[in-house]
Amino acid sequence: MSAAGPSQGAKGAPSGGSAAASAASVGAHRPKHVDHARRQILAWGAAMAGVAIAPGITLFDLAHGRPPAEPASRTKRWGMLVDVNRCDPDCNACVTACDREHGLPAAKTATSAQWIRKVELTDMRGRKQSLPVMCQHCAEPPCVDVCPTGASFKRADGIVLVDRHTCIGCRYCMMACPYKARSFVHEPVTGQRPDVPRGKGCVESCTLCVHRIDRDQLPACVEACAAAGHKAILFGDLNDPASEIAQRIAAVATRQLRADLNLGTGVRYAGI
Amino acid sequence: MNRAAFARAEARWFWLLAAAGAAVVLAGLLAAHFMEEHGHVVTGMDNQVVWGMPHVFAIFMIVAASGVLNVASIGSVFGQAVYKARAPLSGLLCLALLAGGLFVLMLDLGRPERMVVAATHYNFKSVFAWNVFLYSGMFAIVAVYLWTLMEPRLGAWSKPAGLAAFAWRIVLTTGTGAIFAFLVARQAYGSALLPPLFIVMSFAWGLAVFLVVQSAMYVWNGRELPAPVARRMRNLLGVFIVAVLYLTAVYHLTNLYFAKQVAFVRFILVDGGVYPLLFWGGYVVVGSLLPLVLIYHPRFGRPRSMLAASLLVVAGAFALLYVFIVGGQAWPLDIFPGYRTTSSFGDGRVAAYAPSVPEVLLGLGGLGVAFLITVIGVRVLHFLPQDDLRPAAEAGKP
Repeated sequence: MSAAGPSQGAKGAPSGGSAAASAASVGAHRPKHVDHARRQILAWGAAMAGVAIAPGITLFDLAHGRPPAEPASRTKRWGMLVDVNRCDPDCNACVTACDREHGLPAAKTATSAQWIRKVELTDMRGRKQSLPVMCQHCAEPPCVDVCPTGASFKRADGIVLVDRHTCIGCRYCMMACPYKARSFVHEPVTGQRPDVPRGKGCVESCTLCVHRIDRDQLPACVEACAAAGHKAILFGDLNDPASEIAQRIAAVATRQLRADLNLGTGVRYAGI
Repeated sequence: MNRAAFARAEARWFWLLAAAGAAVVLAGLLAAHFMEEHGHVVTGMDNQVVWGMPHVFAIFMIVAASGVLNVASIGSVFGQAVYKARAPLSGLLCLALLAGGLFVLMLDLGRPERMVVAATHYNFKSVFAWNVFLYSGMFAIVAVYLWTLMEPRLGAWSKPAGLAAFAWRIVLTTGTGAIFAFLVARQAYGSALLPPLFIVMSFAWGLAVFLVVQSAMYVWNGRELPAPVARRMRNLLGVFIVAVLYLTAVYHLTNLYFAKQVAFVRFILVDGGVYPLLFWGGYVVVGSLLPLVLIYHPRFGRPRSMLAASLLVVAGAFALLYVFIVGGQAWPLDIFPGYRTTSSFGDGRVAAYAPSVPEVLLGLGGLGVAFLITVIGVRVLHFLPQDDLRPAAEAGKP
């Protein structure tokens, strides 16, 4: 104590005064027993830990708009509405955005993965239209029915996905898909994106940008289409009557591709 | 040649044939390794034609595997002595062809190392998953059936085992046909006619394979197939060839009746390039009409013409399967009926497919597996039909 006295006196409560003040001063002196060097180290440590953890916490928060433990909601049915009249035949923004988002090859060949493609339609009178075609995220997906291992599956919120760990690469789902929406990875994969694991020998298709949806972001193609000034693709919850997509579908004539198959597609088209 | 010299020569030939079979299997394995290493980009398959030459080989072998068992079924289930003598060979060929077909099918997978996943994860809504059980069950049932046939003490069980094998093989071929019948997306498939068509195809192709192997075994042993036996089996092959022709015609005619299918039928049968050529030239003429002439024309009818007819049926089977599997996928999906379509992904365009060397080698490797199992089987066990040991008068009865 005595050894600590002078320094405490120098930095502590004013010396002298009443007994009460003296008692108070004794009480006030107690915390001053801490080692300031140690406190400083602890403070620096805490600050550094904060610096280290904070971005992680922020990223964690960003990456999990839906907490990881919480399953996808059955009350939602994610879908898209493509307004073909707004789709510019010369615009490929949705395709390039998809390629960039998922690390898909830019070169388009018969063996390259194409999760979304622009299809040009010509009717009997010669009228041309252009529209994007991707996985239609069916309510009754034939790819899920035929998959022998259950690697093709439908999430509770209607998103049809492929489990990379159980896909054996039999390609039966590709035979079954009426929209040619699936691609087989024919070559070793380079330039993978952390959010989108891919692998040679597996089948893959549009995930509706599930990694973005789970962070409350829009699919890359929807965002790119809007950024290009077309707003031809509307994304939202088909089950929510108040959502813009549900209201649009209620208001305008839309169609499902191969509606005769009664698959209940999550992607709808207006203007065909 | 005395008995010892014959045994030595036979042993030499056996090892030679086994080595040849093993070399073909090795080539198939190396091809599969090459495909696994580089990905399916080294094959002719792509995102439009997703099943190619390996599937032609595999499906031929699996369909023929169930069909070849018919010889045993006619013996055990329907009590025909001539066929019962051939039941063990029929069972062996069934196992050999099934193993060969599965060899190809498994090694063509994008991830063949995940077979354990396929064996432990099942989606029971998938006809592919059913087939995993049907194929493994077939191995087990036919193995038990062979046991009852070859172990005299179990002889009484051969009839129920044969009946079970017969029922199982019908379901198995139905399952193989259903792989395509359940595909609503593509115009070539999605027909309830396909399972019965596959069953009839299995009758013809299985019997043809059986006759080829039986001919080789008789030549090997310096024996001649008894004429009445040869006549009965030849006639049966003829009936099966006509049955396949009939159901194939019905399949195309029903397609032709639906306006939405006409363009596809025209493609397959008239202006689709290699596909009509293989259908009419390969399947109809070489694989059906020529064998029928060889079987029924009075100028023919010798053992050699029966062998030739059987080989032609096998060749025709490959032609028909190529048209069915590859041609059926080459035709573009009709996603937008009433529109012409173009895209970077082959929409509205007939896909080009040319089989590559690795995938053909893989298919041949499967045939090599079937060959090797057969050669080893007939060497170590008694599979040669024994009706030539019966009294000549009895064997001579029609």
